[in-house]
Amino acid sequence: MAAVKYIPREKLPEWLKALAAQSRVLVPVEEGGSVVFRQYDPARAPVFGSDATAPPKGAVFPASQELFSYAYGKAGEENAPTLKLDPKTEATPTVVFGSKPCGARGFLIFDRVYMGKKFPDPYYIAAREATVFVTMACATVENTCFCHWVGSGPADAAGSDVLLTPVEGGYTVEAVSEKGAKFLDNPALTDGAAKAAEAEAVKKASREALGEAPDIATSPAALLSLFDDMEFWRDQSDKCVSCGACTYLCPTCYCFSITDEGTGTAGRRMRSWDACMHFQFTLEASGHNPRPTKAHRLKNRVGHKFSYYPTLHDGLIACCGCGRCVKSCPVSVDIREIVQNAVAKAKG
Amino acid sequence: MSRLDALKTRIKEALPGLECVIGWQKGYDALHNTPLFIRGEADVDKLEWGALNVHNPAVYLPSFAGKKVGVVVKGCDSRSVVELLQEKLIDRDNVVIFSAGCDGVVDIAKVRAKLAAAGLSAGNAEKVTVDGKTVTVTAAGKAVSMPLAEVAADKCLRCQFPNAVLADAFVGDPAPQVQAAPAADADLAALDAMSVPERMAFWRYHMDRCIRCYACRNACPMCVCRDHCIAQSREPHWLSQEDSVTEKLMFQVVHAMHLAGRCTECGECQRACPMDIPVLALKKHLNRTIHDLFNYQAGVDVAAIPPLLQFKLEEDNIKERSW
Repeated sequence: MAAVKYIPREKLPEWLKALAAQSRVLVPVEEGGSVVFRQYDPARAPVFGSDATAPPKGAVFPASQELFSYAYGKAGEENAPTLKLDPKTEATPTVVFGSKPCGARGFLIFDRVYMGKKFPDPYYIAAREATVFVTMACATVENTCFCHWVGSGPADAAGSDVLLTPVEGGYTVEAVSEKGAKFLDNPALTDGAAKAAEAEAVKKASREALGEAPDIATSPAALLSLFDDMEFWRDQSDKCVSCGACTYLCPTCYCFSITDEGTGTAGRRMRSWDACMHFQFTLEASGHNPRPTKAHRLKNRVGHKFSYYPTLHDGLIACCGCGRCVKSCPVSVDIREIVQNAVAKAKG
Repeated sequence: MSRLDALKTRIKEALPGLECVIGWQKGYDALHNTPLFIRGEADVDKLEWGALNVHNPAVYLPSFAGKKVGVVVKGCDSRSVVELLQEKLIDRDNVVIFSAGCDGVVDIAKVRAKLAAAGLSAGNAEKVTVDGKTVTVTAAGKAVSMPLAEVAADKCLRCQFPNAVLADAFVGDPAPQVQAAPAADADLAALDAMSVPERMAFWRYHMDRCIRCYACRNACPMCVCRDHCIAQSREPHWLSQEDSVTEKLMFQVVHAMHLAGRCTECGECQRACPMDIPVLALKKHLNRTIHDLFNYQAGVDVAAIPPLLQFKLEEDNIKERSW
């Protein structure tokens, strides 16, 4: 691993300005009581303390993007009746600065789906390769944090390129990927060897603050065994209001919908976030819906993350434990409780 | 007997004849209660009554069509039940309403801000006690006391209905009225003071962070189109999938218009918003207009027909003939 560097807090704007001269830099800022990722503006102080309300998912996977525009040649015209497509896969070089480890880790779940051999997604791949994650390790944890349940932790570098750790007066800076190593070449960064021990202590303290994680290793089989137990799922989903807050705020939820929007002979194909909590998600053209109730839909959400995905992907749980689905749910549906209930129920 | 114990007693008596009774229980941490669905006698003891019962359980009632259910309500929630009855969206014979006097509920966003001012995070809340008019939250080992009036939901500060407007089992003494007449609404006053371009800028700023999760819609007890909302239907395709402020604002306007004269201002749309967008103001503005035009308030009289659900040749306050 490269040597640890250090940047005093007051030098951070200098580094951010240098990065912003070369790339789009997204930082967490306060907006109307929420914390969201926005393009770096020296006039707006970034918020690095608490985790952002919305993760930096949109940096790589926008809430909505035009895949291509199309136009039909009119009858009688030279190019009639051909269809002209104009795909848009270019990506803007981007630095996501100050996300928590869970926000960056979410893309590891995406990568296996959109960068696999079977269905490589050129839009995702372009954006992913153009994005660098300068992540901030957590010095504090919250009641809703459960990254340690899913193989992660408050200083998890997986999915990140550079890891910052808050220490007295500033941050230690470590390159945690090859891509990240190139980003440490800035005069604002000095040798951080003297701060390394303090940074390790911060990481250790926040990990200890999370306490012991329960054993949920049996969740894939447990959830599968409860697939047809709709009374169990009714009880788990009674209070759910079927909105999409949990999915849209989830760093690992990668589902999308495709919509053609056009008028006359021209239009565009849109890809936008979709949520399995919505009735329309599985609504078929015939009118049949294989997931007609919220119980079916919540079963899918939990099952996908803690059973189907890990079964397909070497045991990797499709959840980074950020707790946004718990914290931002209007009725406090708690996915941790559901997984534990499933594990306990399957044991009998 | 406390209000809570009295409620439990009445619910236990009625439970055998009901599919379930909807109330509240403790949630994932000390600051959060969560809706409770009582299906067996053992569940009754989980019931909570107090300032953390922020949700409006009336939202669940239409989904139990054809089944007889019980619901525990605060005064404000009872107005949603009444409005659902007014619109014949639920059947009076199929709902049993339990209630007690309400002394107000907290706005967790305000508690969060109070704790932040004390250098603490609501995400570390360990203990919450509500003692009369004071809320004390302990976070990271430090106790912070705050007057309930400073962290109460805005609706509680102007509450005219601390006691249910309709109940089958109202227990204990009624709660006192907050004040005789509603104070002016600060949110509306602030928006009224803006010029039209300023107001548009205000909404564009706030709607920019909307994630289109539709929590505002799904937490709304009067949003009964549910799975068939035009926000997501392909036919008609009224809203674009484009992630623009214009589209997001368009939905809020559709939502507000659909609620004109139906909204009881329970505030669930705004409370549910994970991005803290002040969407209730749009509905409050329309309610004010409805009140001025029709002298009508939603959800207080089961027999009343909402003004926009009826037709009169000549409205008393709309002088079309003199236009």
